[in-house]
Amino acid sequence: MSDRILGFAAMALATLYLWRATLIEPSFMSDPLGPKAFPFIIGAVLAVAGIAVALRPDEEPVWPNAAKLLEIAMAVAVMVAYAWVLRDLGFVMSTSFAAAYLSWRLGSHPIAAVIAGIAIAVGIFVIFKLILGLSLATGPWGF
Amino acid sequence: MEILQSLADGFAIAFTFENLLLAFLGCFLGTIIGALPGLGPSNGVAILIPLAFSLGLQPTPALILLTSVYYGAMYGGRISSILLNIPGDEPALMTTLDGYPMARAGKAGEALAISGIASFVGAFFATWGLVLLAPQLVKVALLFGPAEYFALFALAFATLGGVASRNQAKAAMAAALGLGIATIGVDGQTGVPRFTFGEVHLYDGIDFLVAIVGLFALSEVFIFLEHRASGSSPTQKMKIGRITPPLSMLRKTAPAMARSTVIGFIAGVLPGAGASLGSFVSYSFEKRLSDKKGTFGKGDPRGVAAPEAGNNAAAGGALVPMLALGVPGSGTTAVLLAMLLALNITPGPLLFQQKPDVVWGLIAALFIGNVMLLAMNLPLVSLFVRVLLVPTRYLMPAVAMISFVGIYGISGSTFDLMVMIVFGVLGWVLRKLDVPLVPVILGVLLGDQMEKNLRRTMTIHDGDWAMLFDSWLAIGLWAFAIVGFILPLIAGRYFRPKIADSDKIEGADPD
Repeated sequence: MSDRILGFAAMALATLYLWRATLIEPSFMSDPLGPKAFPFIIGAVLAVAGIAVALRPDEEPVWPNAAKLLEIAMAVAVMVAYAWVLRDLGFVMSTSFAAAYLSWRLGSHPIAAVIAGIAIAVGIFVIFKLILGLSLATGPWGF
Repeated sequence: MEILQSLADGFAIAFTFENLLLAFLGCFLGTIIGALPGLGPSNGVAILIPLAFSLGLQPTPALILLTSVYYGAMYGGRISSILLNIPGDEPALMTTLDGYPMARAGKAGEALAISGIASFVGAFFATWGLVLLAPQLVKVALLFGPAEYFALFALAFATLGGVASRNQAKAAMAAALGLGIATIGVDGQTGVPRFTFGEVHLYDGIDFLVAIVGLFALSEVFIFLEHRASGSSPTQKMKIGRITPPLSMLRKTAPAMARSTVIGFIAGVLPGAGASLGSFVSYSFEKRLSDKKGTFGKGDPRGVAAPEAGNNAAAGGALVPMLALGVPGSGTTAVLLAMLLALNITPGPLLFQQKPDVVWGLIAALFIGNVMLLAMNLPLVSLFVRVLLVPTRYLMPAVAMISFVGIYGISGSTFDLMVMIVFGVLGWVLRKLDVPLVPVILGVLLGDQMEKNLRRTMTIHDGDWAMLFDSWLAIGLWAFAIVGFILPLIAGRYFRPKIADSDKIEGADPD
């Protein structure tokens, strides 16, 4: 079933892609092939591959249960939030939170997770910013 | 002789303080990356690329650092295979078969020593193979025109789909996905925006480093979150014992090492087959040839030497097509290609002619790194064993955060971080569905070149499609591509590795 959905998703994506490819405006200065031909080939390959997968699906993969899916969704949400607030809170603060959350969800005791989060954030800051001179997000406090 | 002269020049470049230090650092990090389950050569190198890039390293030092990591990971993978029965990375999977039984029989130190020496032998001779074969391949590549290059790219995708994956349709899907991602942005030849949906951030296209780190590194974090309960950290006591192998054992395993080095190197040079296949074929061949008393799988030292020599030789072999043709043969070399492209270096014959210092400096550094690795992996191996005790619940958050740091360091853009997260989720879903990730990466990397060569052919011949098959070289490449894609459909049941079938790590880390 998963593979049939994958196949149909690929076909839908190919349709969208091919449709957008027809909308590419030709330029006044163009080579014989133009900017559309290559996308057409790719879209066709994607569509054919999608049909093949939908017709001959593999064994069903082991999908995680709802709780595990929620776990992953939450991790994604935390990462998005991290990217969102990185510039406002600065590197060390945001990274401590994100790393502590991930560490906690991977099985650390909450207190150990907080310590690990701070240690990871400070460790990266010291190694990459202070020693190697990489530019990290600077928040209102300068770190 | 010309080659030896170039190699001597290379050593002159590699023997600077900075380059030696980077080689040492790369070997050290690489061994750790290889040894830790969950981090392997491709995602380890993927995380380090943006860092090397934003640190502003020059091409030669950057390449030295990352290929040392690559070689180091091939050494490191065996440590957890032998001691814990968990492959540190995919190429080290075959080493568990005889390595772990040896460790249980109290011969862990000898297994580590034999496999370390086998790794050295494989890597050393494969690097010589690289020295001798790459310049010859460059001579052939100089005959290539745009039509031949287009055919070569098609060949790379076809064999990658045919040999290295279990479902051709899914490999083709992955390749189309990658190529499609590569077409996003302003078309380089006409200046027309394509698939940008009016979003200004997309005009430059999607940075392949963002895609790679997302697909390889972040998706690993999600896999770990999913399997959190099952993955307990190793707590059992690991007794290593003596790490000098008896001479008789060395003599017994020497032929196995020699054979496996040759097999591994060939497997590495072939497009689409990386170190995992190299170690798999070496082990199977050795077992069929010399397992007369049925000792393989029960702690036979030859069963440890063969896959380790095989995967290290394959790692060197995979660098041949990557450097000489610009077409990577495996996941990690694809990631290394990304490094070169990020530094504005196009590998291929012109690289050997215009920037010989990069190529030969790199090759010399591989020789030096290999000696360092032997030293690190024999007397100092217990140091790395201790690293294995770092639990994943502290390791994976650090990996995720370093991925973010690297991508943020390139552009300082929140948008790129969001795109990386999207690729992380995409990578997780594709891995669950058994869609290989390497063709996606290869598509993202090569899409631009592939289209350029197609359009150049058409421009030269005024839109005549038949001109794609105009030379014998091009026809030969197309023939190989078709055979490489179709043959495994028919004969694949017999020689396709059961690697990914036998472990449950969901296509983790394509060597």
